[in-house]
Amino acid sequence: MRSWKRWHRDARRHPLSALVSLITHLAALCTVLILGFLVAYILINGIPNLKPALFSLTYTSENQSMLPAILNTCTMTLLSLLLAVPVGVGASIYLTEYAPRGSRLVALVRLTTETLSGIPSIVYGLFGMLLFGNALHLGYSMLSGALTLAIMILPLIMRTTEEALCSVPDMYREGSFGLGAGRLRTTLCVVLPAAVPGILSGVILGVGRIVGETAALMYTSGTVEKIAGLMDSGITLSVHMYRQASEGLYTEQAYATAVVLLALVLMINLLASRLAGKITKGRQA
Amino acid sequence: MEKNTSQALRTLLAAIREKGMALVFLLAALVSILCVGLICVFLFANGIPAIREIGVPEFLLGRTWKPGNDIYGIFPMIVGSVYVTGGALLLGVPIALLTAVYLAYFCPDGLYRLLKPAVELLAGIPSVVYGFFGIVVLVPFVRTISEPLDGKGNSIATASILLAIMILPTIIGVVEPALRAVPRSYYEGALALGATHERSVYTAVVPAAGSGILAGIVLGVGRAMGETMAVIMVAGNQARMPKGIFQGIRTLTGNIVIEMGYAAGLHREALIATGVVLFAFILIINLAFSALKRRDAA
Repeated sequence: MRSWKRWHRDARRHPLSALVSLITHLAALCTVLILGFLVAYILINGIPNLKPALFSLTYTSENQSMLPAILNTCTMTLLSLLLAVPVGVGASIYLTEYAPRGSRLVALVRLTTETLSGIPSIVYGLFGMLLFGNALHLGYSMLSGALTLAIMILPLIMRTTEEALCSVPDMYREGSFGLGAGRLRTTLCVVLPAAVPGILSGVILGVGRIVGETAALMYTSGTVEKIAGLMDSGITLSVHMYRQASEGLYTEQAYATAVVLLALVLMINLLASRLAGKITKGRQA
Repeated sequence: MEKNTSQALRTLLAAIREKGMALVFLLAALVSILCVGLICVFLFANGIPAIREIGVPEFLLGRTWKPGNDIYGIFPMIVGSVYVTGGALLLGVPIALLTAVYLAYFCPDGLYRLLKPAVELLAGIPSVVYGFFGIVVLVPFVRTISEPLDGKGNSIATASILLAIMILPTIIGVVEPALRAVPRSYYEGALALGATHERSVYTAVVPAAGSGILAGIVLGVGRAMGETMAVIMVAGNQARMPKGIFQGIRTLTGNIVIEMGYAAGLHREALIATGVVLFAFILIINLAFSALKRRDAA
């Protein structure tokens, strides 16, 4: 810590530097204050609105229960992960373990993955509606929502898995090859297990995106407030909250939903950073 | 003899398994190419005919959007998206850049371990929660301060402020690593020449991270332009040319979400065509981003 006196002296000697330093600190403070204010405001106003009735099994317009939406969000998350994780991990295995160096195909896959990660969610929603809803006749259903979200989180899963696979030391592969294992066995039994924490942190970030997604789901999985099966239309928690907040009639309930969403996101972020921390520690050891 | 055949059979099976799984992984890698292809095909196939029917200049430059009278001009929405994005950049970029500099060069280690996850959390908060925050905090705030100017709470200004908050973590997330990637010798060289800490950072390190900083801003543009739910919750959504920063506006993304629920026929196709225009904007922005990032890496 620089003492006040010394700071004063420096500031007099280099007034411009002191000013710049002040502005930089203020900007950072501004970012932190915005975040702190947002989270605190929603928690303080929301927690008193968390009533047990909001967690009853059925939704009525008098009792805006969010339990069906929560259960649908779980179904949606599981379905999307089930679709996206195997494909994403498989693709990353191809890119890091199998593809020849400097291959054109790899460059193309990278380019398309980057493109996918930049597409806004409403465009995914439109595409999902057109392909899964209309062309494949899935209509408004959890399945068409999950298929849409699976494509949306694919680039995220691929990027984190690739990073995790690349960070596995080549020693592991050489050791395995040296013992006579083939490429497949080396990949599945040696490289992949070592990369699991990294892959998991990507999966968790994917869960965060699924939980928070609204625009891509409104016209694919729909807005029916019921516990939904695979082929039924069902609302997820974020869409539920959008409906409540934009109708303007259920502000108290929207506050409660916001608290639940924030809590979920906080947990997801904590988990992901824990796992990521584990990897970096592992690397140093 | 029998032992030999079973041995050969096993080797054959193993070879098939190796080749088979290699093929499976290859197919998985092709999925992302397939997805981009499908998205392009489906959007363009459903949107282009509508644009052709309405007429390219009428659709892109038409200033009236009246689906009831079969008039589809999305120019107000294009302008709306540009205004809102511009406003968000104006407010968000300086704060984001300075925060990134702070995180990379001013922040004590202990605080960094707290701030970095906090910024990541800001990125993880769902857009509906931001939108709701906009409704309950920003809209009344903007309504109060713009009252003398006869302004509305749901306006370009509100949407810009909200989007500025939302693009903070996006920009910081790209710029901070770019600043850290600048070789330490730049900073040390400047210090050794007698510059203060601040002067070294801002005149030696920051310019060296130029293309990384630009990439962060471009990514922020993409995020702001593509954001849907938060914006429609605070922007007012009137489909007309903007009349002032304290008046309502509709963006391209908003147009799709608001009307898709009940649209049919040409109206529906015009909305998909709006999606095509948005998609084209985003593709251009993305290409700029990857080009910048590649230059940064080289």
